[in-house]
Amino acid sequence: MSTQVEKPAAADVDRPTRLRLYQLMVELRDFEQRAYELFLENLVRGTSHLALGQEAIAAAYGVAMRSDDYTFCTYRGHNHTLARGASMAAAMAELLGRANGMLHGKGGSMHLTDVTHGAMGSYAIVGAHLPIAAGAAWSAQVRKSGQVAVCFFGDGTTNIGAFHEALNLAVVWKLPVVFVCENNLYMEYTPIDSVTAVKHPAADRASAYGLESILVDGNDADVMYDIARQTIGKARAGGGPSLVEALTYRHGGHSRADPAKYRPEAEVREWMARDPINRYRPRLLEAGADEAEIRDIETRAQQKVDAATEEARNGAPATVDAIERQVWSDGSAQWRN
Amino acid sequence: MAELSYREAIAAGIAQEMARDPMVYFIGEDIGAAGGVFKATVGLFDRFGPDRVRDTPISEQAIIGAAMGAAMTGLRPIAEIMFSDFLATCWDMIANQIAKTRYMTDGQVSLPLVIRTANGGGTRFGAQHSQSLENWGMAVPGLKVVAPSNPADAKGLLAAAIRDNDPVLFFEQKSLYGVKGDVPDGEHVDALGRAKVLRDGKDCTIVALAAMVPKALSAAEQLAAEGIQATVVDVRSLVPLDTRTILGEVVKTGRLFTVEENPRLCGWGAEIASLAADECFDDLDGPIVRITTPHVPLPAADVLEDAAMPSVERIVQTVRKSMR
Repeated sequence: MSTQVEKPAAADVDRPTRLRLYQLMVELRDFEQRAYELFLENLVRGTSHLALGQEAIAAAYGVAMRSDDYTFCTYRGHNHTLARGASMAAAMAELLGRANGMLHGKGGSMHLTDVTHGAMGSYAIVGAHLPIAAGAAWSAQVRKSGQVAVCFFGDGTTNIGAFHEALNLAVVWKLPVVFVCENNLYMEYTPIDSVTAVKHPAADRASAYGLESILVDGNDADVMYDIARQTIGKARAGGGPSLVEALTYRHGGHSRADPAKYRPEAEVREWMARDPINRYRPRLLEAGADEAEIRDIETRAQQKVDAATEEARNGAPATVDAIERQVWSDGSAQWRN
Repeated sequence: MAELSYREAIAAGIAQEMARDPMVYFIGEDIGAAGGVFKATVGLFDRFGPDRVRDTPISEQAIIGAAMGAAMTGLRPIAEIMFSDFLATCWDMIANQIAKTRYMTDGQVSLPLVIRTANGGGTRFGAQHSQSLENWGMAVPGLKVVAPSNPADAKGLLAAAIRDNDPVLFFEQKSLYGVKGDVPDGEHVDALGRAKVLRDGKDCTIVALAAMVPKALSAAEQLAAEGIQATVVDVRSLVPLDTRTILGEVVKTGRLFTVEENPRLCGWGAEIASLAADECFDDLDGPIVRITTPHVPLPAADVLEDAAMPSVERIVQTVRKSMR
């Protein structure tokens, strides 16, 4: 029923782009790993939903997008926000509840947003951001700005009404939006196939909206970059929306509270062997990349995360004057005279 | 001054703002060629075309979500939700997304949008098409809430809502759509957050909203004939709330009555009563009295609906009894 997109020939993606994809994936991995370590130190309060293992999707779209395109993502959104060039230190400080956080402590891990980089928000109610992304695409369409909105969401989102309302509207209005389903096989703690009418929760539903069914290996950065180019290109050219289902797997549980014991060991082993970064490194070497060059990328990523961590840890706690600020556009929280 | 119906004033307000600002777009169900199910948008489709006056599917989450995404990226959308009862189908978009995104991002995002909706009873539509839900919006920080009681306010407050840089829930009372009144000629823009004193009386203050305003005025007429002089205040805007005007009038008369179409619990009048108790306690000469629909879903049959909603007679009787 679904069409699997084959891995494009390596020649299709040029060498600087592939190195950039690798660099971004490693940076995202190191950031998430550090976020996890800071939890263990009890420096990150509240919840957090890590995307360890899902880096290829965010990196591919991050590299393929134009700087003024719009990203909409979920509470598992650190990767997508950083992939647009948002400050790593500001993201880390936000996780730590610091005044120098991206949202000055008012949003937290689940709401990372950096509008100046096109990261239009991380949305924590499942499905809500699909219609919102469609709205940004509608705005781009009528302003004739050539911008594209890319909306990332999990497999669990495909069973909520907003998914279907957004898909239908986007097709009827032929909006420049790309919907990317990151199918990591689990809707929180529950296998997605045990609660969904079709095998491929997004791809098998594409036909209901007259869209091509696209099912891709979300752990293959080249495949993801190729589909990102295609779908963004189609949207920018006025060809309307796409719905992509990218198969992937999270290394850990749904959130920090979840040890993910419900996943069969063999399945975890199989997917860990398909880790997007471990797969990409030898491929780069095969294609002629230099070992020293790759090591340099890895070292610099680690340094970047170290520096971001340091800056975040040195930040002052969020200040209480933020509480009654920015409810309204005049900057105030005033509801009476 | 031209005499317009409330529904014509709504269309005139939208037209005025769409002509002024090319970033104003209007979406909703049946709003285009059909002119709206309440005929409050007649003529807009012909004048501004299908790009700016756009029909949507019955997809309230998509309508409100699209308005939000457009507002955060440069448009000033107006979205219509046909009946306010349907706000329940897209309340996540309104209460969780629209109301909170500026705050959570500490001001990175502005949401200049208006959600227009037909609100309230009096039309025998039954419990799912007749609710007065202004207090739903009032309970969520980040939403402005406006409910005009006459054609001039309908146009002027709608224009102000469209120009406002924050999200506004604009409640149009559907039993008022046919009511006519004078509307200022030319550009007419009112201000949000200002209550209006419609009648001056020394004995008590009756505070009302939307369709309850004309009822409060009629009741005040009858009470005057009995020797009770009532001030009538039209709240007009619940958020921001003009406490200065409202409480100022309470202090002058020493008595406060609210007339609310909503069911009893947590109606907007409860907040005003609380503010009065808090801030005007020493000026009060008697209990604060709320006149509301009982705490029931609104029934459909005319005799039941009329008896459930606050009527002129009930206002008169309640005030008379309490003032004795």
